[in-house]
Amino acid sequence: MNVEYLGLKSISGSLVVVEGIRDASFEEIVEIKTTDGEERMGKIIELAEDYAVVQVYEGTRALSLTNTVTRLTGRPMEVGVSKEILGRVFDGAGRPIDGLGKIFADKYLDVNGKPMNPVSREYPRNYIQTGVSAIDGLTTLIRGQKLPIFSGNGLPHDELAMQIATQAKIEGADNDNFAIIFCAMGVSNDVADYFRTSFEKNGVLQRVVMFLNLSNDPVGERIITPRCALTVAEYLAFEHNMHILVIMTDMTSYAEALREISSSQNEIPSRKGFPGYLYSDLASMYERAGMLNRGTGSITQIPILSMPNDDITHPIPDLTGYITEGQIVLERNLYQKGIYPPVSILPSLSRLMKDGIGEGFTRKDHPDVANQLFAAYSNVQEVRSLASVIGEDELGDTDKKYLQFGRALENELIAQARDENRDIGQTLDLGWQLLKILPREELSRMDTKILDEFYPA
Amino acid sequence: MEISGIIYSINGPVVKVSGSREFKMYDQVFVGNERLIGEVIGIGERHTVVQVYENTTGLKVGEPVVSGQKSMSVILAPGILGGIFDGIERPLKVIEQQSGAFIARGLQVDLLDKKKQWQVEVLARAGDKVFGGTVVAQTPETPQIMHKIMVPCHISGMVKTVAPSGAYTITDTIATVEDDSGKTYDIRLMQEWPIRIPRPYKSRVNVRRPLMTGQRVIDTLFPLAKGGTAAVPGGFGTGKTMTQHQLAKWSDADIIVYIGCGERGNEMTQVLEEFTSLVDPRSGNSLMDRTTLIANTSNMPVAAREASIYTGITLAEYYRDMGYHVAIMADSTSRWAEALREISGRLEEMPAEEGFPAYLSSRLAAFYERAGYVNNLNGSEGSITIIGAVSPQGGDFSEPVTQNTKRFVRAFLALDRMLAYSRHYPAINWLTSYSEYVSEVRHWYEDNVDYRFMDYRTRIIAVLQEEANLNEIVKLIGADVLPDDQKLILEIARVIRTGFLQQNAYHASDTFVPVKKQFLMMDMILRLYDRAKTVVLRNIPIAQLVATGIFDEVVAIKYTVDNDSLDKFDEFRQKIDDACGKVIADNEVIRR
Repeated sequence: MNVEYLGLKSISGSLVVVEGIRDASFEEIVEIKTTDGEERMGKIIELAEDYAVVQVYEGTRALSLTNTVTRLTGRPMEVGVSKEILGRVFDGAGRPIDGLGKIFADKYLDVNGKPMNPVSREYPRNYIQTGVSAIDGLTTLIRGQKLPIFSGNGLPHDELAMQIATQAKIEGADNDNFAIIFCAMGVSNDVADYFRTSFEKNGVLQRVVMFLNLSNDPVGERIITPRCALTVAEYLAFEHNMHILVIMTDMTSYAEALREISSSQNEIPSRKGFPGYLYSDLASMYERAGMLNRGTGSITQIPILSMPNDDITHPIPDLTGYITEGQIVLERNLYQKGIYPPVSILPSLSRLMKDGIGEGFTRKDHPDVANQLFAAYSNVQEVRSLASVIGEDELGDTDKKYLQFGRALENELIAQARDENRDIGQTLDLGWQLLKILPREELSRMDTKILDEFYPA
Repeated sequence: MEISGIIYSINGPVVKVSGSREFKMYDQVFVGNERLIGEVIGIGERHTVVQVYENTTGLKVGEPVVSGQKSMSVILAPGILGGIFDGIERPLKVIEQQSGAFIARGLQVDLLDKKKQWQVEVLARAGDKVFGGTVVAQTPETPQIMHKIMVPCHISGMVKTVAPSGAYTITDTIATVEDDSGKTYDIRLMQEWPIRIPRPYKSRVNVRRPLMTGQRVIDTLFPLAKGGTAAVPGGFGTGKTMTQHQLAKWSDADIIVYIGCGERGNEMTQVLEEFTSLVDPRSGNSLMDRTTLIANTSNMPVAAREASIYTGITLAEYYRDMGYHVAIMADSTSRWAEALREISGRLEEMPAEEGFPAYLSSRLAAFYERAGYVNNLNGSEGSITIIGAVSPQGGDFSEPVTQNTKRFVRAFLALDRMLAYSRHYPAINWLTSYSEYVSEVRHWYEDNVDYRFMDYRTRIIAVLQEEANLNEIVKLIGADVLPDDQKLILEIARVIRTGFLQQNAYHASDTFVPVKKQFLMMDMILRLYDRAKTVVLRNIPIAQLVATGIFDEVVAIKYTVDNDSLDKFDEFRQKIDDACGKVIADNEVIRR
């Protein structure tokens, strides 16, 4: 493995072509040393008999055709893991940047992971109480779920993610076996700093592992940042039976990095210039959430993505929504009204909710309450659009009650303070309080037995 | 003679091979020292192009590539039902035993269990004339399904020897057949079939029997036919997978092939878990006894995703040949099309719309054409129904996969985001969906359910259409100012929407509704409509009738009348008449 190759054949964007390479393997990591002594890392992304295309993670600035020496490492991208990793901070390629020295690794793991066998999965069933009513009541987060936050620039997704991370109560998790992995991709220094200080303030920094690829860090590295983070998550969850919450932000920057690399490889683009394999690529990360039928650990993912132009049909939120198990959608309109968290409940959804709520999990009236709130709130939208045409005064009595209900739902149930931690009972009682604004006959989605018990005629 | 070459270049799942000109198109090959499974998809002057069904990380230039000297094939034998396989029919449970919870590469796995003994009843006698498809033996594969051992399609001749009935593995010979030229063939429990070639049949038969699904909006409004094709398009979160699960659980096919193509791992786990514990209402056995699962989840290799669809349909054709009615759920065909696009892109083919290859529509057509109601070679009748989910990008039905699919399917169940947002499930839009099978299955409904069935269906659709028209006005001026006859239409449409079209998959008796009850429910709704019309004709405000609560009682029928106590409908008939009669009588009193 000590053969070194002098010089490059060509350089384009973050890609370089090395000629005359022998015995290289596909997706192997190579080290590129410049004559100045600087070392960079790259991955072979295309390989042929007489050349290899290498994507340089740190970028190609200052590389020339003659000033480099390339060396094969003989292995794919790996990250060293051990339990001591908790509380540490790494850069986007998994190198420690907190000045505490190297990790004494138990083992080195391929960051690409391997697909989880569907037969070995455990279907997620236990809910996580986040203390946020809009989530607990209406889009319940389940242990082992991947539930992204679809947001827009300027919306408080970071605060919401932070609030979830701080307040999350996971069944079976205590201080010893709960950890947060924070993975920043192309976010600004301020955002990373916000998370760091908030973790510190809440006294959980010792249970957090941070991987930071900030917006001024190399784009190439951004592709491996989430993979490093998830490899560590898998190690902690499945080898040490820990409950891991992975916060990944911002998926949009990640996808754009992927597009940049794809186009510099002259690949045929599909929608909006993104590569055709964006779906598979995103899936290779999101699908690493879950639980196994052996061991007790779990990986819950909360990816955050900012929808370009608040457009939910943009390829990034669109493909994400097809893979993840639901989505929490934030809405600018609500936020302008001063509502935090501005969760737009109609497009928000938790696919795993149905199996993790109700009797034995939360409370037996939960499914009915959630269903009825959704149905009633969707009616509120219709009434509002009617009111905007004929004026509120012209509405019938029931319709007026719906308007009242809609306002109350937004201001009392959805809105809450940034440090307010409501338990599920409080959330559901609040739900009943709101539903009682409406006449009993309107609650057609409810089981009559539940209705009799909680809303006697 | 071994055909082999060496790896020339690697680009994702596409590997170019040099060193041999002998490779055949679509032959299976083993790539690299780890013997990853691949398939030849192109042959150039200097290189053969191979798509690899496993992750290619770590492959090296110069490693050997060996031809398997046969087309990409699956093994057809008992042991398919109740199992879960990857895209190229490797059993995931065996893979789990070999590599643990995460799927490793280059595993050497038997496609089906070759050690398990099956209790075989040999039916053929020495001296019988047999041909491709003739049933020579049978074995109970599951408590529900009798697996017929058929002579492979290319063999015909005279049975020379037969083994006695007893326990055999799938590789044991149970009979020998000598053809006209004197060549003898061993007949085993297993046979192989290349996945890209449709299995032959004698002739096609027109579809005429509906595929009963127990879902009201489908059975009544947009019926599917045995041997037909249907597409279920919808944006994310609209309930495609949920609809597919409901169909897989409750449709009255004999065999279900469920292909999870590029979807979530948890969903496959759920199907496996749920189907094993659920009981088939028709046979009383576990639903898994009639189901086989093909899983290529979104994080599994993309080339195998392309193959998974063909693997699934080949298995289906095999059971069709035995005389069974098979239904295939392909969730989702868009992921399959995207796999095609990815491979095509790596081959640097000229793209057509949105980067999809120009052959997208012909591939889709070829897939859907493998559905059908046929006379098999052995004289039995069987069918394959394909229900393909489509995941249009951005929920926009004008994208290439939806549009091309629409050309080849005859039933289109469009899922609607707005319905899903208001939690109206199944979120099948009744205005944009259609089924071309209505005329073909009309007679079946009229003979087996009720002669008025299709007329009722037409009336229900008419009410919904009128409601849509009225809603345009309501949006502008509100419902209060409408005349009473139009208010009645809105009320009845509400009853149809919430009481009939909405169906609760989590409710014990509402998740599956027999077609007889569907008819009676329509009967109640239309009876209420007719009676209420007479009320309105007397200039009595419809609000009075609504106040009696009769509308809500009809809405609740789906919960209050059990599937097996249909005589309770007589009570409701009476109730409707009474409620309307009372309102009329009260007004008579006032007038006097």
